Amino acid sequence: MPEITLRDALKRAIKEALESDPSVFMMGEDIGEYGGAYAVTDGLLKKFGPDRIKDTPISEQAFVGAGIGAAVAGLRPIVEFMSISFSLVAFDQIVNMAANLRYMSGGQISVPMVIRAPTGAGVQLGATHSQSFETWLAEVPGMKVVCPSNPYDALGLMRSAIKDNNPVFVAEPALLYGEKGEIPDDDYEIEIGKADVTREGSDITLVSYGYGMRPTNEAADKLTERGVSVEVIDLRSLSPFDIDSIVSSVQKTNRVVLIDNARRNGGVMAEVAADLQQCASEWLDGPVMRVGSVDVPWPYSRSLEQEVLMDADDVLVAVAEGYGL
Amino acid sequence: MTGKVDRLDLFRQMYLVRQFEIACGENYSKGLIRGFLHLYTGQEATGVGAISTLGDNDYVVSHYRDHGHALARGVDVNRLMAELFGRATGTSKGKGGSMHIFDVAKGFMGGHAIVAGQLPLAAGLALAQQYNKTDGLTICFFGDGATNQGIYHETMNLAAVWKLPILFFLENNMYGMGTSIERVRAGGIDFYPGMATYEIPAAEVDGMDVLAVREATELAVARIRNGEGPQFIEAKTFRFVGHSLADGQKYRGQEEVKEWERRDPINVYPTRLLEMGIAKSDQIDQIKTEVDEVVAKAVEFAEQSPEPELSEIHNDVLA
Repeated sequence: MPEITLRDALKRAIKEALESDPSVFMMGEDIGEYGGAYAVTDGLLKKFGPDRIKDTPISEQAFVGAGIGAAVAGLRPIVEFMSISFSLVAFDQIVNMAANLRYMSGGQISVPMVIRAPTGAGVQLGATHSQSFETWLAEVPGMKVVCPSNPYDALGLMRSAIKDNNPVFVAEPALLYGEKGEIPDDDYEIEIGKADVTREGSDITLVSYGYGMRPTNEAADKLTERGVSVEVIDLRSLSPFDIDSIVSSVQKTNRVVLIDNARRNGGVMAEVAADLQQCASEWLDGPVMRVGSVDVPWPYSRSLEQEVLMDADDVLVAVAEGYGL
Repeated sequence: MTGKVDRLDLFRQMYLVRQFEIACGENYSKGLIRGFLHLYTGQEATGVGAISTLGDNDYVVSHYRDHGHALARGVDVNRLMAELFGRATGTSKGKGGSMHIFDVAKGFMGGHAIVAGQLPLAAGLALAQQYNKTDGLTICFFGDGATNQGIYHETMNLAAVWKLPILFFLENNMYGMGTSIERVRAGGIDFYPGMATYEIPAAEVDGMDVLAVREATELAVARIRNGEGPQFIEAKTFRFVGHSLADGQKYRGQEEVKEWERRDPINVYPTRLLEMGIAKSDQIDQIKTEVDEVVAKAVEFAEQSPEPELSEIHNDVLA
């Protein structure tokens, strides 16, 4: 199977959709002439023209809102934020409009729209450019949130997101755009709302998603070296999240550590932890352990930022503290 | 649709809106309508005049003072009242309420309650009309209060840059809730001159004169259909009642209200029709009788309609 980057996997899904469905078009800042801040859309303007690859002014509220309006009218816009931190500027449109319209209209309206944004810290962009607001958006009913951790998932989730008749927010881990992975040639899709058991084991379950999968896998490797049988689950979807898969795994391993690359407080794993507490506590041999990044605004300095970011060692500490492994 | 106009029907529509709002106020007092209720009383000529120029393929986008626009667009009066009563037969099955009226089959795309939040939505509807190469356009109503939101500038600019088929229709009733626009806007009470910044053609019209509103809108609509991009109309109008039913109107004098009430389109317009020989007084009376009955029946329909099933809570969250 050929290897491609996560960036190219996303681009392939978008390109396929632009080719096969005339109602699909893109909007965003510098996605056309410039080629996209993270080059996901590079070359698309030349191939599809300015009516379908629309460069916008720096007006997040207006172009997200316009995307919603176009979706309400039956088009399937893919709207790009240059950073998930900039989504804050357009939260009114995302939440009050995109997510609420269907309910408020008694089901008359659907909003088949993809909103994409790079997410996460790690490249010294400071507090305003390093956040992970997919965790906030995962709380909002009326929309879905996905976050791929590898090229295979990025392609499959993006294909599903574009075909979905609801607003789907695709949080793209910025540090993983260059990550390579194998992609089969078929037109597989990945169902939104289903987790993926990426490694089977019987002693402990590690759950993460997005960039968090990298330190999670590192920790799993180290545990395996020590003779611990590790099961790893990639959530893939944050809303809805697949609690059933996690419960099934915990019934087998009786131990769980939840790993969020975002700030620890208020993250998606807080919800997962609460659900596990409620429906799997009799299966657990210890506390539901959580790992996340430190709850401070993201610092600029490399040494500080790296300390704030959770890593594989944090996962190992949690495994040891919670379960003595 | 343009050109020929049924002038008597314009009166019927304005009178319907007026009587509908009166009925809303009464039923709010009785506790049958709850939440925030913003009445369109006094502004009838703007919505009715403007919407009378539109065709079936056009979209209408409104704000939270949306009953008048919905009725002018032909949204069923019974279902509209039922929505305000929170009943299963309402336009949104009782899930929307007064500020969130939708009737997609009629091209009535809400009812939006975050001030100015509807502007980019309207631009997006217009973008789809342009993208699909239809001859449709979108009219977007907003109030003077909306102009102080940043998204107002963003949307004007975007619509102008992309030459979208959209008519921005400012209903300047001089107050954002209880704050006179003069107190919070630099540059006085006229907005239309500012549109030069965006190279959007803009006109001012007397929002109390339904025929003047209609004429100005017809002109703007023709330009949009001719591919000339966004247009802007500012109608000077006035709500005779408070911002919502909770408003005691301490911020303005009764003299000002009375001054505007002298121009009440519900009184002035039929008198004009009589003077022009376009209508006879018995025709006006007959319309009033008929509309009174329609509104009474709408209240009856709403009152007799069932509450939504509790199972509806989980429907319509996702498509």
